[in-house]
Amino acid sequence: MSTVAIETAPAITTPAQTRQAPPPRWRSREALTAWLFILPSLIGFLIFTAGPVLAAGVISLLNWNLFSAPTWAGVHNFARLGPDPTFWSALGSTAYFTLVSVPLTILVSLLLALLLNSGLRRIAVFRSLLLLPYATITVAVAFVWIWLYIPHDGLVNAVLGRFGITGPAWLISDTWAMPALILMSVWKSFGFGMVVFLAGLQAIPQQLYEAGRVDGTSPWKSLRHITLPMLSPALFFVIVTSVIGSFQVFDQALIMTNGGPGTRTTTLVMYIYRTGFENYDQGYAAAQSLVLFAFIVIITAGQFLFQRKLVHYDN
Amino acid sequence: MTTEIRRKLIVFTCFLVTAITLVPVVMMVLVAFQSDGESMAAKPSFWPSSWHPENLTRAFELVPLGKYLLNTIYFAAGTTLLETVTAALAAYAFARLSFPGRSWLFGIYLATLMIPSQVTLIPQFVLVAKLHGIDTWPGMILPHAFTAIGVFLLRQFFLGIPRDYEEAARLDGANRWQAFVRVIVPLAVPAIATLAVFKFIGQWNNLLWPLVISNSDATRTASVGLQVFQDTNGTQWNLLLMAATVTTVPLIILFFLTQRWFVRGITMSGLGGR
Repeated sequence: MSTVAIETAPAITTPAQTRQAPPPRWRSREALTAWLFILPSLIGFLIFTAGPVLAAGVISLLNWNLFSAPTWAGVHNFARLGPDPTFWSALGSTAYFTLVSVPLTILVSLLLALLLNSGLRRIAVFRSLLLLPYATITVAVAFVWIWLYIPHDGLVNAVLGRFGITGPAWLISDTWAMPALILMSVWKSFGFGMVVFLAGLQAIPQQLYEAGRVDGTSPWKSLRHITLPMLSPALFFVIVTSVIGSFQVFDQALIMTNGGPGTRTTTLVMYIYRTGFENYDQGYAAAQSLVLFAFIVIITAGQFLFQRKLVHYDN
Repeated sequence: MTTEIRRKLIVFTCFLVTAITLVPVVMMVLVAFQSDGESMAAKPSFWPSSWHPENLTRAFELVPLGKYLLNTIYFAAGTTLLETVTAALAAYAFARLSFPGRSWLFGIYLATLMIPSQVTLIPQFVLVAKLHGIDTWPGMILPHAFTAIGVFLLRQFFLGIPRDYEEAARLDGANRWQAFVRVIVPLAVPAIATLAVFKFIGQWNNLLWPLVISNSDATRTASVGLQVFQDTNGTQWNLLLMAATVTTVPLIILFFLTQRWFVRGITMSGLGGR
């Protein structure tokens, strides 16, 4: 991402261009051509992406249920968040989900990438099969997971029973509903990180390991001092995108628990959905969505500040 | 000798992990073929004691699954086509043509990259409702066809194509449009395909937007359709998981066919994150 700012500067002129310095008339024609190329995208972008972003700010300042005329609310919708217990519990659930699912997903992705990279011949076959959950429809597989989590004799509890463990009633249990959602989400999304890490591992020069072997480095040390530092940019990228993604978790929570039991698994996005499309309180929903955005910005900015210490870039 | 044991251990672990990972997908298909009684028994059974392929036609009779699948293809293909074409055009201008305001305009695109889709959800819904677009194809497709990510990714790719290729075409008398179509687009096929595959699979999976915009079978997609299936028919496991199988299998086939770009897309985004 850091390269972006540099590349928006005027492009470096190549020898071909300096040879053929374009006349001024051609320059203005180039600008006209450029606008023709951009226009189809720009019109749609302004109406359907940039415009709505600004509109979200305005709507958050209104009392509006879509059916009657909006009235001015000022910052009232933001003030309502403070004493709203459902908002705080949604924030707590989202934080719980993120704090457990992101490290777990990354650990699974990393272990599997290391496994696939350990001198296996048919990596591609295992890679595609392991990537399969990532390419399924969340709603469809959410239904299977409900089935897997059936209390008493469901598959998950049947397996636990083999080990003498009496499994909980997962999705209807106050304690276990969120871990159940997290396990399903880890299964659904580890493939992404696995593929990124695998590509990162394959890009590490073999000489580094050979040098280590000459010095008699243990496999554990070479993992800590060669693999992980070399992989840190990929790790950082996957952490940032996973955190952003898990802050927006919605589909599996809607299908598998519908936010319950109580509001145990009501996430921020689910609360926004309920506020906007079940209670038709659009102003309040818009305010919540902006707060979600603010959280994402703050957390991501924090990660970027933190990375300077830990992430190793060789160029 | 020890390396041989180590190799066998790795292969064994790979098989084991892969088998465990595939359990939910395999169970989805197995339960889909069980009888009503077996799939609804208090003690779930895993391997079907008898196979019931007629569950497939029964699932199609309960809800218009075929229509939902077709709708999903419309929605995913519509957004993908619009986004890919407009993004490629705009990305070319941002990468190659100079015009006043280029930097700040691109800056506006970039600024929206990090904004979660829930922020635009409510304004987009209001806009579509005001334009009487609820439950119509333009209302479904247009708001999701102009994100900044396509412009951003393709511009990055175009910047990496040497200018000399185009200059050669331009010296032969090709105008910008011809240079774009004949030189840039063919060279950028992998990047465009990657963007298209990602967008398509992402939209096939999209639940929230179709959930708020479509309210009849006219535009209902597979994701929403599955939810409706459960609402109207309760949790009749064999038929519900048959419906889930029917909507997932096309995506899995597409995934295997386009895997090359899919994996490339993930690694591009991953390593491009540097």
